[in-house]
Amino acid sequence: MQKKIIYLKDTDSTQQDRVNDFYTLFSNELRDTNLIEQASVVRIADMGLYEKGVAVKILPENIVYTGLKNTDVKKIIEETIKGNKVIKESLYEKKSKQMRAVLKNCGYIDPESLEDYLAAGGYKALAKVLLEMKPEQVVEELKKSGLRGRGGAGYPTWMKWNFARGMNSPEKYVICNGDEGDPGAYMDRSVLEGDPHSVLEGMIIAGYTIGSSKGYFYIRAEYPLAVERVQKAIDQAVEAGLLGNNILGSNYSFELEIRLGAGAFVCGEETALIASIEGKRGTPHPRPPYPSVKGLWEKPTIINNVETLANIPQLIFGGGAKFASIGTEKSKGTKVFALTGKVKNSGLVEVPMGITIREIIFDIGGGILNNRSIKAVQTGGPSGGVIPQEFLDTPVDYENLGKLGSIMGSGGMIAIDETDCLVDLAKFYLKFCVDESCGKCAPCRLGGYQLLHLLEKISEGKGEMEDLDKLKKISYAMQKASLCGLGQSASNPVFSTIRYFEEEYKKHIIEKKCPAGKCKALIYFKILPPKCKKCGLCFKNCPSAAILGSREAGYVIDPIKCVKCGLCFDVCKFKAVTKE
Amino acid sequence: MNNTCTCAPELKEKEKQDGIKELKEFIKEHKLLHDKQGALMTVLHKVQEIFGYIPREAMDVVSESLGVPTAHIYGMATFYNFFSLKPKAKYQISVCKGTACYVAGGARLLERVEEELKIKLGDVTPDGLFGLSITRCLGCCGLSPVIQVNEEVFVRLVPEKIPAILEKFRKQEKKTK
Repeated sequence: MQKKIIYLKDTDSTQQDRVNDFYTLFSNELRDTNLIEQASVVRIADMGLYEKGVAVKILPENIVYTGLKNTDVKKIIEETIKGNKVIKESLYEKKSKQMRAVLKNCGYIDPESLEDYLAAGGYKALAKVLLEMKPEQVVEELKKSGLRGRGGAGYPTWMKWNFARGMNSPEKYVICNGDEGDPGAYMDRSVLEGDPHSVLEGMIIAGYTIGSSKGYFYIRAEYPLAVERVQKAIDQAVEAGLLGNNILGSNYSFELEIRLGAGAFVCGEETALIASIEGKRGTPHPRPPYPSVKGLWEKPTIINNVETLANIPQLIFGGGAKFASIGTEKSKGTKVFALTGKVKNSGLVEVPMGITIREIIFDIGGGILNNRSIKAVQTGGPSGGVIPQEFLDTPVDYENLGKLGSIMGSGGMIAIDETDCLVDLAKFYLKFCVDESCGKCAPCRLGGYQLLHLLEKISEGKGEMEDLDKLKKISYAMQKASLCGLGQSASNPVFSTIRYFEEEYKKHIIEKKCPAGKCKALIYFKILPPKCKKCGLCFKNCPSAAILGSREAGYVIDPIKCVKCGLCFDVCKFKAVTKE
Repeated sequence: MNNTCTCAPELKEKEKQDGIKELKEFIKEHKLLHDKQGALMTVLHKVQEIFGYIPREAMDVVSESLGVPTAHIYGMATFYNFFSLKPKAKYQISVCKGTACYVAGGARLLERVEEELKIKLGDVTPDGLFGLSITRCLGCCGLSPVIQVNEEVFVRLVPEKIPAILEKFRKQEKKTK
């Protein structure tokens, strides 16, 4: 009989006592039953489970028991170790709400090995397309699947490809948009670094479908590892005959090249991206003509996001109908989100479309840090909006998020709790858009600046009621009149925060108060004499020498010198410092 | 009249010649894209890599070999954040302005560095030794406030410690000379 290993871990906390007690119990029990030769107990640091009580994982069968009590030890040894039976009552069943499709290989295969990708079923879809399918059939499959662009706007992928396919031109181009500039989003980076071949395969299939022989990878220069891995993947594919002339013995030829971005957020916009590849300043130009008609060097071009392309191989291999079986009526498949902010477990999550935001935040993310209450969720980065907690049960898809005044975007999802100020948040995103605006069109260049100016005024306590109307008016004008997506959506954070949190804005304007205590000009620190124990901790820690007094006389804060850093508030053990 | 452009300072003669030679070879070897201008991004990345910034002389070389006006290249170099018109300093000082460091007094560190070096944020000292920039977060918030000099991070600082740090690098520089 193979020796069994019992992994032991207290998933609730880092209390050593409980684990040690169980360790002793298990060891004693094994000794008493003379099973030391057959099994050993190991305390481990992490099991990937949280808040499930004391848990054990028994190898080689990989049985996981959770929520164990002292009395269970005997039973486990008796039944599972000795009798090879599973105890159903304690068995932990995995109820993950995630579904890995795009990320299925990330972390499981060696991204620098073509063999690994092939072993995971890679390039089978390409072979199927080249040997068995006509371009029309590929488009047909895409149409059946209902796949929509994952870059933000959610344009149906089949339509884009079909336009370009229908164009009569000897030269056409495929571009992979890997210019992921959203602060707080790193889905594309993970795919490019974790599974570059899947994106390559998607691009070759795209090239075959529209009749293009040349493709470009546009990747941010800030992602050196992604660039390196994609280059390696291209070299490997060329060597294996998966790129170049007569791919897999067919008549189809395709070549790929990497172009580096150079740190301009606006280059994620497709016409700006094209300008950048052409060796121009990355400024967008009006559409139509759309790139699928007149794109790179005025030739028909399709531009797809990394995640969209990474979806293609599994979609073709499994068939469009299978892909369409996941998701909601109008949004199919899965979506990768970068879950950050005030959640307990942050990171990349891949979920089927139609899951509710609450499930993502609470079931996958584990809820809000420090058990505070959630105030809102921000999606779509600087182009998106906030979704207040009343709407957390909304299923995630393009339409629903749009209705709530936010967007799917590339997949940033930031949880905001009660200590965050929405005015401050809007200001943060707007600052980003103002910095990144290319300056070509007036609504974005001037509008953004004016919005920022108004928000600064409000957060400094100098706001007036008419500023709210001005904010709305300028936001509206920017949405309607800006040239590209950046300007059109730059005001979204302002629009949606006013829509749901007008009260908070009014508090800033009328009462000159910041309820979350974030806007520095509107908060004041004070020491309450009855609570103060005169310990002097605040006095020692104050960075600007704004606390006056002595251990005998007690302390007061000089409001003129105070820089409102909040250090005294944080260090006071007696809650004698108040913030208002 | 002195005919130097203020937007890009002069390089040392030898470094310049070597770099320009390398650049010319790169352009010659590099497969041109659809048209010559299409190679511009790739070539500018190379210039930045060779010199550490985009010097005026290199702009002229690129302009001649690709047939693109220098003005256009200047436009590219100023549009993209990745390209720089000023040489990077030998020791780049980044003061963290992340939330934690800000709260712990990072702003005062910045003031002190500015005072000591007599330069403003984003500038480089005349001897090219120190450059000053801010960074959003270095991920060591528990040790705030911090500054980073090249790869080295200095933690739990007070403004009084700044001169010693600068002196350390000045000494290091003297030794290498």
